[in-house]
Amino acid sequence: MTQLTDQLTLGLNAPICLTWEWTYACDLQCVHCLSSSGRRDPHELTTPEMKDVVDQLAAMQVFYVNIGGGEPMLRPDFFEIIEYCVSRGVGVKFSTNGGRINAENARRLAALDYVDVQISLDGIDEATNDAIRGEGTHARVRRAMDHLRDADFGSFKLSVVMTRENVGQVDAYEALAAEYGAELRLTRFRPSGRGIDTWHDLHPTSQQQVDLYHWLLARPHVLTGDSFFHLSALGEPLPGLNLCGAGRVVCLIDPVGDVYACPFVLHDEFKAGTIRGEGGFAAVWQSSDLFTSLREPSSPGACGSCGSYDVCGGGCMAAKFFTGLPLDAPDPECVFGHGEDALAALAANGGAVRPSMTADHSKPLGVGRRRIPVTAL
Amino acid sequence: MSTATIAFDADRAWRLHDRVALRPEPFGALAYHYGNRRLTFLRSPDLVAVVESLADAPSARAAFDGSGVDARRWPSFEKALTSLVAGEFLVPKDTP
Repeated sequence: MTQLTDQLTLGLNAPICLTWEWTYACDLQCVHCLSSSGRRDPHELTTPEMKDVVDQLAAMQVFYVNIGGGEPMLRPDFFEIIEYCVSRGVGVKFSTNGGRINAENARRLAALDYVDVQISLDGIDEATNDAIRGEGTHARVRRAMDHLRDADFGSFKLSVVMTRENVGQVDAYEALAAEYGAELRLTRFRPSGRGIDTWHDLHPTSQQQVDLYHWLLARPHVLTGDSFFHLSALGEPLPGLNLCGAGRVVCLIDPVGDVYACPFVLHDEFKAGTIRGEGGFAAVWQSSDLFTSLREPSSPGACGSCGSYDVCGGGCMAAKFFTGLPLDAPDPECVFGHGEDALAALAANGGAVRPSMTADHSKPLGVGRRRIPVTAL
Repeated sequence: MSTATIAFDADRAWRLHDRVALRPEPFGALAYHYGNRRLTFLRSPDLVAVVESLADAPSARAAFDGSGVDARRWPSFEKALTSLVAGEFLVPKDTP
């Protein structure tokens, strides 16, 4: 690791990359949803509480927040809070499924400064996308993209979670983004949330990951949210910090104000505290037991003898946790196959015990929720 | 945002871009440009002090001199400022 990443692992005065989920409500039930969203939680932050969080972030000089959900645009005070963020100098990057981006909302968004929009599409064609995100969503996202273009929003981000089914379409996503003057963002499929159940059949194969690594290496302009740092063990590191930033440079505030180590570990084990407690968010960030322990040097564990540990740092904590691996085990998608071996060893010993979500807001099966047709390979 | 490429020149006077904010951190500071959304690391407290003193100095070299830092480290400052100018974090002081 470089001197800078060494320093970053010791923690910062405030996060660099803060994800703030505004609601668990969502009109979709995507099979890979990290937060198992669907139903609004009755204890979600009120409008005054939301503004208070914005004030706290502004005081800590959090330059921008990544807003997600659920579908953040389903909050009735969505524009009010967005405008408040901007007025306090907290830039906004928000992820949306696009369902609420009609002509009027596209114009409203285009008129705001410091607001970036990231719109999710998980297949270049209807069949691929709709199997993940639900029927009719491909057409709906394309309409939302058209509205943003017609409103002269400028460059938005087209965001795709890489799965076994869509990773072969990367060239087509690049072309689609270019057609709209948009930036392409590819992120890693984590086995979190509803992905706990779908990841094993849908995560890219090892050959697909190698191909993706070379594709990304040749395209440093493609955004990845640093999410493929486990692939850097294949050779030249991908652009980015190449470290697990959980509780060090990254954290998540959920819709009820609970603070987690990263957006991919919405589980009690990684809950650091709540912004509703004394001292608010700053107290959790600066002195919670969980974040303090995440900033201490960690043992390389099973990866200690691997020459690539300095590059990948053992991979993603969430990916290990939700596949039932110990946190000092290799990443389940370790490029040298050590993760697959570890998973196979767990299976041979009576099967991996995979954690379940501690706060599942999924709608009951049958309420607009569709199981993905999965073929065992 | 300026589209012309301006190169760093140690004999010129510089200042932070109006839309750049610095946040102190244990390693130095984080700099964020609200215009082009770039984030960069100022990796030493001495560098942060130099950057903050630029606006009151007649030239970057004068700011180096005023920082009291050993002249052998000035080339590393020049390198850092060159990259800050390229990212439009710094602009010539006479920029309107």
